[in-house]
Amino acid sequence: MAYKPELDIDISLVEAILDRIEQARQVSSSPEVADAHQGRVSSSPQVADARRVGGAAGGKVSGDDLIPILQEIQEAYGYLPRPVLDRVSERTGIPASRMYGVITFYDQFYLEPHGKHNVRCCRGTACHVSGGKKVINSVKSALGIEDGETTGDMLFSMETVTCLGACALSPVMVVDNTYHGRMSARRAEQVLQQLKVEEG
Amino acid sequence: MADIKVTINGKNVTGKTGQTILELAKENKIKIPHLCNDRRIKPVGACRMCLVDVEGQRNPVTACTFEITPDMVIQTDTDEIRQLRKTVLELLFYEHRGSCATCDANGDCKLQRYAYDYQISEDVIKAAETAQPKENYSTGSEAIEYDSNKCIRCGRCVRICEEVQMANALTFKGRASNVEVSTAFDIALIDSTCVICGQCISACPTGALYEKYSKGKGQTKELKKVRTTCPYCGVGCQMDLNVNTTTKKIVRVTSEKSCVPNDGNLCVKGRFGFHYVHSDKRLTKPLIKENGQFREAEWDEAIALVGKRLKEIRDKYGPDSIAFLSSCRCTNEENYLMQKIARTAGGTNNIDQCATTCHAPTVAGLASSFGSGAMTNSIDEVKDVQTFFIIGSNPTEAHPIIGLEMKKALAKGAKLVVCDPRKTWVAKHADVHIQHKPGTDNMLTNAMMNYIIENDFHAKEFVANRCEDFEQFRENLKDYTIEKAAKECGVDADLIRKAAEMYAKGTPSSIFYTLGITEHTCGTENVQNLANLAMLCGQIGKPSSGVNPLRGQNNVQGGCDMGAIYSVLPGYQKVADPVVREKFEKAWDIKFPTNIGGRVTDFIEQAGDGILRGFYCLGEDPVLSEPNQAKVIESLKKLEFIICQEIFMSETAKLADVVLPATSWAEKNGTFTNSERRVQRIRKAVDAPGQAKPDWQITCLISTAMGYPMSYNNASEVFDEMASLTPSYGGISFDRIDKIGLQWPCPDPDHPGTGYLHKDKFVRGKGLFHKIKFRHPAETTDEDYPLILSTGRTLYNYNIGNMTQKSKPIRQKQSRNFIEMHFSDAEKLGVKKGDKVNVRTRRGDITVEAVIGDKVRPGALWMPFHFIDQPTNKLTNDAFDNITRTAEYKVCAAAVKKA
Repeated sequence: MAYKPELDIDISLVEAILDRIEQARQVSSSPEVADAHQGRVSSSPQVADARRVGGAAGGKVSGDDLIPILQEIQEAYGYLPRPVLDRVSERTGIPASRMYGVITFYDQFYLEPHGKHNVRCCRGTACHVSGGKKVINSVKSALGIEDGETTGDMLFSMETVTCLGACALSPVMVVDNTYHGRMSARRAEQVLQQLKVEEG
Repeated sequence: MADIKVTINGKNVTGKTGQTILELAKENKIKIPHLCNDRRIKPVGACRMCLVDVEGQRNPVTACTFEITPDMVIQTDTDEIRQLRKTVLELLFYEHRGSCATCDANGDCKLQRYAYDYQISEDVIKAAETAQPKENYSTGSEAIEYDSNKCIRCGRCVRICEEVQMANALTFKGRASNVEVSTAFDIALIDSTCVICGQCISACPTGALYEKYSKGKGQTKELKKVRTTCPYCGVGCQMDLNVNTTTKKIVRVTSEKSCVPNDGNLCVKGRFGFHYVHSDKRLTKPLIKENGQFREAEWDEAIALVGKRLKEIRDKYGPDSIAFLSSCRCTNEENYLMQKIARTAGGTNNIDQCATTCHAPTVAGLASSFGSGAMTNSIDEVKDVQTFFIIGSNPTEAHPIIGLEMKKALAKGAKLVVCDPRKTWVAKHADVHIQHKPGTDNMLTNAMMNYIIENDFHAKEFVANRCEDFEQFRENLKDYTIEKAAKECGVDADLIRKAAEMYAKGTPSSIFYTLGITEHTCGTENVQNLANLAMLCGQIGKPSSGVNPLRGQNNVQGGCDMGAIYSVLPGYQKVADPVVREKFEKAWDIKFPTNIGGRVTDFIEQAGDGILRGFYCLGEDPVLSEPNQAKVIESLKKLEFIICQEIFMSETAKLADVVLPATSWAEKNGTFTNSERRVQRIRKAVDAPGQAKPDWQITCLISTAMGYPMSYNNASEVFDEMASLTPSYGGISFDRIDKIGLQWPCPDPDHPGTGYLHKDKFVRGKGLFHKIKFRHPAETTDEDYPLILSTGRTLYNYNIGNMTQKSKPIRQKQSRNFIEMHFSDAEKLGVKKGDKVNVRTRRGDITVEAVIGDKVRPGALWMPFHFIDQPTNKLTNDAFDNITRTAEYKVCAAAVKKA
């Protein structure tokens, strides 16, 4: 009987995510697979390292899985709720401090609840010279929020990023996972207007 | 490891395979600057200060990560290299915004040192943004403060917290120029997984991390470092008291990397637990009780009174009407003199010390099995253990620096078997955790040994050649099947099988145990059974393999070694042996008694029965430390005369007729013997408050007043007298242990000391197997008292808390008593986290806060005993080990209800 602290949040989602990753790990750590994996044996430094941080090696989830875990959690919850991360730490032995280091390093992770739609505007060099700033200002005024903020109705979040890897389409704006190229202030506003209408 | 010849700056030097350029240079006193390297953690080559030229390499390489190869030609100090380093430093100063003038690290800062060495450009040194550190994770902590303005992001604090301490409290947060050190989710340090060891401070190359209370109390140039030995647990860490030469106060405690046995590591108690020395509650004048009230007195009057009263009682009721209680918190010299005064001026063998409360079963048990009752191996060997068998021991809390050595072994892939009713740190990280019922240890070990023999895992040759009495031992085991043990211990049978096999097959295995084994009515038998297990598997008498009791107090090994025991003289030489007696009687010029004396638990009973009349108590507080407090107080009150030597007014001292002020460990010279038998120096760093005197001097005065003159010029003279009479200490002197302590046996001045015991032959000749039968604890549960209570030590506090509770950083973390209970029991009783609960046993009750979780097993309770105002020993059972009279602190029946 394992001790489970009381939580305000549904943690069954994260349990399922960890179950799945754990299963995948067990397959990949079978002796044959492990041997094939550059001749790693169970006394390798990587395994010792995984154990050192508290996650037992050999088929268990380790620090190597952290980024995919975080991405899946964010997908499921919309952001990274702390009780969920604490649960990940408890189950995998990955220290919460290490997770926090990774989360704060990458812009893609959010520790606070995020808008339903995520608007990312590029301020990289190519977008900048082709009028990216106008696009950014237009999005800000259309949504009434500043860089990194979320609208009061929790529908939209906006942030600026340094490059989206689509310089040929500059200036670029990404809404959720859809790329909108060759943006102008007006077209950006139209895209957002369309979404607002869909949301009622 | 083969020798490798290389050239550094034109000089031929020889190193070893795997050594880095930086390590080899350091060995040869060639200085290479570095900021992110610390010998305790893995090198990462991040700061780029240690760049050196290696012939054949296109670019300069980092000396901290680059390993030497044969015939390598290295240049560490060319003009180009110096220019590169200067640039690195100038870049660092763009981020560093501290002012040296107000920084505590001024004079002890690597950044400052190199800025000077490389004469960096003045205009990169920016003015401090604010005098106070910005709010961060450390805000509010009484122990540790972090100033990000002075941080150079070398990561040493983060890495030592993760790699060495494995506390994982710290991390880098953010990216690029926004990087700062923080905790997970920026929670306050005090609420994080931080264990307040302060290792981060010790690793910081600048003044970014420091002891909060030390801020502004003195910069390096005003401080004098005095090397001494930690006054807390038995690890015996070497530490430097940094004393402000003007204020004459200890400012902080540091430790030098590469010192033995702790390599610069300290725990929370060692680093933050010294504040009691300067407490205003210290005793400063002798006190004499008149009409129930203490009044201050002069030394002459107080000593004369003590001498007169003890003499009167001795002469009126006979010598055995007085008892002497020595203290393992005190030095070897003081313990030697306490047993000497008892046997000479007192004329009695009524001499004991606090080992009876803790490890007396170890001394008795291991002596009967092996011939020597001490830790068989060295602390340095712990990191090379391949399979740990840890039973009844919580090393990461009670012996934190030995815990660090265990963590090193785990990082190298060691296996770990832990038997403990609680989920301690080691239990959580174990390959096999046997969470057995308190008091079922012998059932468990017997079943393991039975299984080992049945499966032929035992070391037949070792048993045949080096041990005796095997057959009757083997016969006894037959009743103890795994299934029977699984039922009695309340654990899965397969776990016991696994544990047995892992221990037997380890290459090598080593047993570690503490009071979870000894504090039982079968304590000595528990110890003997662990000795049986080690002998059966041949896991003893080798490096990193043996039976290792981790001693609880700074000098509990020494206190026993010094013969502050009812039946033995220094070096465990038997009082009953006429040859031994003759030697001591000649040296001391007096005849002493042959009858064996009592132990502290006997003293209390005899006081209650009116047999004992006088009690000389040195630095002990039996009212708080002995079980069944009410009975202890009632018994002590019946005594005619009590004299206490103390640094604080203790609960026992309150009952005394005379209380004499003693110096603390920081105010006197002497030696402590640590758990690995290493005799180490303590040194006077500050003056004693008021008229306090070292305990050994007070004992000499009392002895003289009782008619047996004792006089020594210094502690070294006392040590020399003891060493001349004690073969195992014969080769040790203050001079020889000035830099590094020596491990006994060390019989002559040329002997290098002994790292591990019982090589080739046991001290007693053959190892003796004991036939041990499982017995139930003295008290069992029933309807009224359905739960089992064990007591123990936490990381943050120490014994009765008299010393640790004077430290603000420690008080902030833990200042009140609590009880751990399993969530299923809590649910049944309707108790919620943080509720006050009333804990009751057949002897008394106290009310404490409930801590609910799964650290203890269902049906079990656990409490610390560090809190004077909520004394856990009101509850504990005064049932004793039949051989050593050690109390069963680990098992008593209890009931809990919501208060």
